[in-house]
Amino acid sequence: MSNPFIRLEEVSKSFGLLTVVEGLNLEIGKGEFISLLGPSGSGKTTILMMLAGFENPTSGAIWAGGKRIDSLPPHRRNMGVVFQNYALFPHMTVSENVAFPLKMRGLPRALIKERVEKALDMVQLGSLAERRPSQLSGGQQQRVALARALIFEPEVVLMDEPLGALDKQLREQMQLDIRDLHRRLELTIVFVTHDQSEALTMSDRIAIFNRGKIEQIGKPSDIYDHPSTQFVAEFIGETNLVRGCVQTIEGGTARVQLPGGQVVFVAAATDLRPNGSVCLSIRPERIKVGRREAAGNNITAAIFDVVYHGDHLRLLARSDGQGLVVKTDRSQPTLSIGEEVQLSFLPSDCWVVRP
Amino acid sequence: MNAPRLSKQVISLVLVAPLLLFLVVFFAFPLVTMMKSAVSDPVAARALPATARAVAGWDRVSPPTEAMKTAFVADIRQINDDQLFGDLVRRLNSAKSGFRTLMTKTRAAASNAAGTIDLIALDKRWADPSYWQAVSVAASSSITDRNLLAAVDLQRDASGAITALAADASANKTIMLRTFVMALTVTVACVLIGLPFAMIAASLDGWKRQLLLGAVLLPLWTSLLVRTAAWFILLQDTGLINSALMQLGLTSGPVPLIFNRTGVIIAMTHVLLPFMVLPIFSVLIGIPKNLMPAAASLGAHPVRAFWAVLLPLSLRGVVSGSLLVFMSALGYYITPALIGGAKDQMISSVIAYYATGAANWGMAGALGLVLLSATLILYAVYLRLSSEREARA
Repeated sequence: MSNPFIRLEEVSKSFGLLTVVEGLNLEIGKGEFISLLGPSGSGKTTILMMLAGFENPTSGAIWAGGKRIDSLPPHRRNMGVVFQNYALFPHMTVSENVAFPLKMRGLPRALIKERVEKALDMVQLGSLAERRPSQLSGGQQQRVALARALIFEPEVVLMDEPLGALDKQLREQMQLDIRDLHRRLELTIVFVTHDQSEALTMSDRIAIFNRGKIEQIGKPSDIYDHPSTQFVAEFIGETNLVRGCVQTIEGGTARVQLPGGQVVFVAAATDLRPNGSVCLSIRPERIKVGRREAAGNNITAAIFDVVYHGDHLRLLARSDGQGLVVKTDRSQPTLSIGEEVQLSFLPSDCWVVRP
Repeated sequence: MNAPRLSKQVISLVLVAPLLLFLVVFFAFPLVTMMKSAVSDPVAARALPATARAVAGWDRVSPPTEAMKTAFVADIRQINDDQLFGDLVRRLNSAKSGFRTLMTKTRAAASNAAGTIDLIALDKRWADPSYWQAVSVAASSSITDRNLLAAVDLQRDASGAITALAADASANKTIMLRTFVMALTVTVACVLIGLPFAMIAASLDGWKRQLLLGAVLLPLWTSLLVRTAAWFILLQDTGLINSALMQLGLTSGPVPLIFNRTGVIIAMTHVLLPFMVLPIFSVLIGIPKNLMPAAASLGAHPVRAFWAVLLPLSLRGVVSGSLLVFMSALGYYITPALIGGAKDQMISSVIAYYATGAANWGMAGALGLVLLSATLILYAVYLRLSSEREARA
């Protein structure tokens, strides 16, 4: 990145003997929406806490806007934080909560009032200004927390699984609302989540964390279509991981033999070598059922389960010992368990991942 | 269908019966008896029934009528029970001094001679209407507000109007005020020590928290008397504290810590501290952990975050702790009695004096009633305030 706004340089964090973040380098641009995605214990929340100033790195440096901030106390970092359980002050009304950061900055009362009204209107809570947080629903509380974190125009907004406590429908609505705010206010947002679909929906970039390190970082579509490792392929979306042995490489296409004896053609990645073992990721929705692709791979498989999902069907199939999940639309003629079907997929849909 | 429900109710009634019985016998009954004794005054009415009838028409200012005198002498002759006569004399003497000699004289004269006796010739005090007023007031009613008024340093004058007692006659108001001031001092001291203590305990975890809480709870498992006795030893002029201070050269002579207000406040604060720490602690551990980080991220300096967030939220615990400490402190008896001087006695020691020393159950009951109502009023105020706050919350 030519001019990153936030830069983490060789940042490590250990608690006693446990290393949570290890030699992390990360650059975040101004106005970017970046998601830190990973299973629990992968270090993503610790990074957020270090950005906010609640934790200090064991080693390394954190820069924001050209200044080194890792020794600054949290109240001098000017970062808005949205917490998982909202962290609203229960003894204050909604408007007092939202006014809190402005009061701490010593703004004149009239100006505070005006800006609080504006901020509450922005999150459509103007009518609830005098309520207490306990009188609001989860979604409303989350919007108050958002308004409170945005009202002082922080340079960066840090969000720690902010939608985790909401039900599915509300979560999807809030995802769109936050994305909308991000675009309108040109915010820089660091968003921690363990929900891969949330990260795919909202982010400009996603950093996938595993055991304190970034496994892969990139645009959502890059990460989904071209996962670099087996971990990423499995963590983002659903996939079929198929192991095999490279036989030959000809004209950008590799011939890979699976343990069961089937042969598939794979768009060759640069580091493929004949006779090397390889791991392929094939997304379930890329596999077609019941027709042959002239330019593709065709294998026969037996269906052992059909699962109805409303908008799509999932077939669990097996071909010479290799289990495959196939996602297909409902226009398929009725499929029954035990039936032999033809599965086909293109060489470009077989993506080579590192184990 | 109703039979099983009925038998269930019977079973639960049987189960709570011991508790109910206990409460009635050892709590409700003594309480009602004490309250009744504060206002009941049956002795004169029982001993002087004829006099009571005779004084009914008297205006309480003019000289005593012949009918009253005759009735009175008749009543005196009727009394065979020395106990009753003693009670009557004590009752009349407490209203107006001088009755003790007057009554003995009159009873002797009445039993020695039959027929009418010229009371005024016997003792010219019988010509004074104020003595007859005392007899009249005592005999005409078996309930009285005398004790209750005396408990707050008031009395009824000859015309029945309420007036203040002479400044040297009674000190109940002073002692009541002192009781409230001391209870308040102890409460404030408990807040000042207990709030930071609870905050530290709540911010720690594991064995450190257990250790701090144990330090508060341990005294609670020791008898109040033992704790007070321990302070008695510690606070003496040759006690641990004073000898340590003198060893360190901080003072040349012993600091007076015992038999004065300081000692009582120190000991009572120690004894009552758990009742402050525990409510505050339980409120503090209920406060979400991320509120202080949230305040910091919003630009609040730790000190301001404490004032704006942590302190207001812990106030609920402080209020209920204060209430517990204050109410308990109001009734303290042993600690001021052992560690305090004459000017540090609280209202319960006055009650104890009337109950066990002076055998004046009426006054003991009246003072108890005044203390109880003052406490209940404060409690009602607290409930009102806290429910208003909850309504706003």
